[in-house]
Amino acid sequence: MAVPEQLLYSKEHEWVKIAGDTAIVGITDYAQNALGDIVYVELPKVGAKVEQGGNVGVIESVKAVSDLFTPISGEVVEVNPKLDIDPAVVNKDPYGEGWLLKLRPGNSGDTRNLLSAAEYEKIATD
Amino acid sequence: MTAAQLMRTALYDEHVRLGARLVPYAGFEMPVQYAGIIKEHDAVRQRAGLFDLSHMGQFLLEGEGVAAWADTLTINAVATMKPMQARYNIFCNERGGTHDDTIFYRLDGRWLLVVNGANVQKMWAHLNAHSPASGVRLHNRHGRAALIAIQGPRSVSMLQPHVAGLDLASMRYYFSAEGKVEGVPAIIARTGYTGEDGFELFVEGERAPEIWSGLLRAHAADGLEPCGLGSRDMLRLEAGMPLYGHELTEEITPVQAGQSWALKLEKPHFIGKTALGAQLEGGDFPRIVGLIVDGRAPAREEYRVFAGGREVGQIRSGSIAPSLGNKNVATALVSADTATIGTRLAVEIRGTAHEATVVPLPFYKRQK
Repeated sequence: MAVPEQLLYSKEHEWVKIAGDTAIVGITDYAQNALGDIVYVELPKVGAKVEQGGNVGVIESVKAVSDLFTPISGEVVEVNPKLDIDPAVVNKDPYGEGWLLKLRPGNSGDTRNLLSAAEYEKIATD
Repeated sequence: MTAAQLMRTALYDEHVRLGARLVPYAGFEMPVQYAGIIKEHDAVRQRAGLFDLSHMGQFLLEGEGVAAWADTLTINAVATMKPMQARYNIFCNERGGTHDDTIFYRLDGRWLLVVNGANVQKMWAHLNAHSPASGVRLHNRHGRAALIAIQGPRSVSMLQPHVAGLDLASMRYYFSAEGKVEGVPAIIARTGYTGEDGFELFVEGERAPEIWSGLLRAHAADGLEPCGLGSRDMLRLEAGMPLYGHELTEEITPVQAGQSWALKLEKPHFIGKTALGAQLEGGDFPRIVGLIVDGRAPAREEYRVFAGGREVGQIRSGSIAPSLGNKNVATALVSADTATIGTRLAVEIRGTAHEATVVPLPFYKRQK
């Protein structure tokens, strides 16, 4: 199970990478593996305002529908266009090509509620 | 049911060793997937897959009176089965609803009845309640007997080296033979639930691991994959085969589910005959159709189906279909007037209408 050092994590198995005024959000390797083959991702529209911990869509695998939560608040500036064509990219490359959302972070304090790689790894391997 | 009460099949240790994801199913801890559902699906369509189906019920029926007695409980004919023939058959309730869908295997001097895992207790009670006519003895092999299926276009070539004294290529579809696989006594049947060629092997549980591991050891390198119940469900849906609890239930009759081909109304009497005959005659009943749903969002069980704003039915099964270029396919129970091929319907997915088209079943048919 891969848990890259430089990212922040939520207990709901999302990761976030903050680079300047953009935050990239995805699901973790643990999450994609637990879900199995991902066949559909439903995300908010560009411009939508989302709240940390809020439900922002669904991820569907062959067998199940799972809610997707955002690890930080902000405004959606981009959704991954590849997911419409090949949702399995989330399985193949959850921290890279399989990212889900880009946000303009709304509240810099949000990161205090997130986990480090080491803290997340403890939760995911419990 | 809690984990502590779940049973394990004879192949449980093999599943753990192979890294299977185990889930509770029909009272057992069953593998839902190993490497991944789509990968396993593709193995069966292109090469071959190996399934543990030991959760299914196996009843042995013995005695002179079996066929005549079974013909009073089922919609298809039992007495006309040839030696070593297998036949799909359905037990109904008096209303014509489906009690279980099954396969009868006529063997040498006895019969094997295979029932759905979730219906084992119900079916055992049903058979015993309709007290067998004189000369019928019932044996429940559930939990002791194993069932291994090998399914896919390479089933014959992969299984043949492990079977002595039997030419598998010449065995007819829906026939069986008693023989040995890896030296283990087995009933070898050319049946399955995937829409591909293949065999089902009925064996004693304690020797099932020899067959399972022997086949995998010999053929993993040429693409034999262990397959779980997830891929099995996807394969059977593509092949248009009903799954009990979805397309067939105590409320959904075989006539509604498109299984009238198995209904033998010329039999003098059987449970459900009057209701099924009347339904067929009346014609105006909700029925199972195949749908192709536009877009990527899967249609799932119990989602509502509409025709021009009017609710006309519900989804019974749904999945992406890798054999159809990952289109979303589903079965739905819809009113008779909206069941015609080509009818445009809408499936409600999380409050949004998704267009769908009624198409013929099966979705997938193998090239022979």
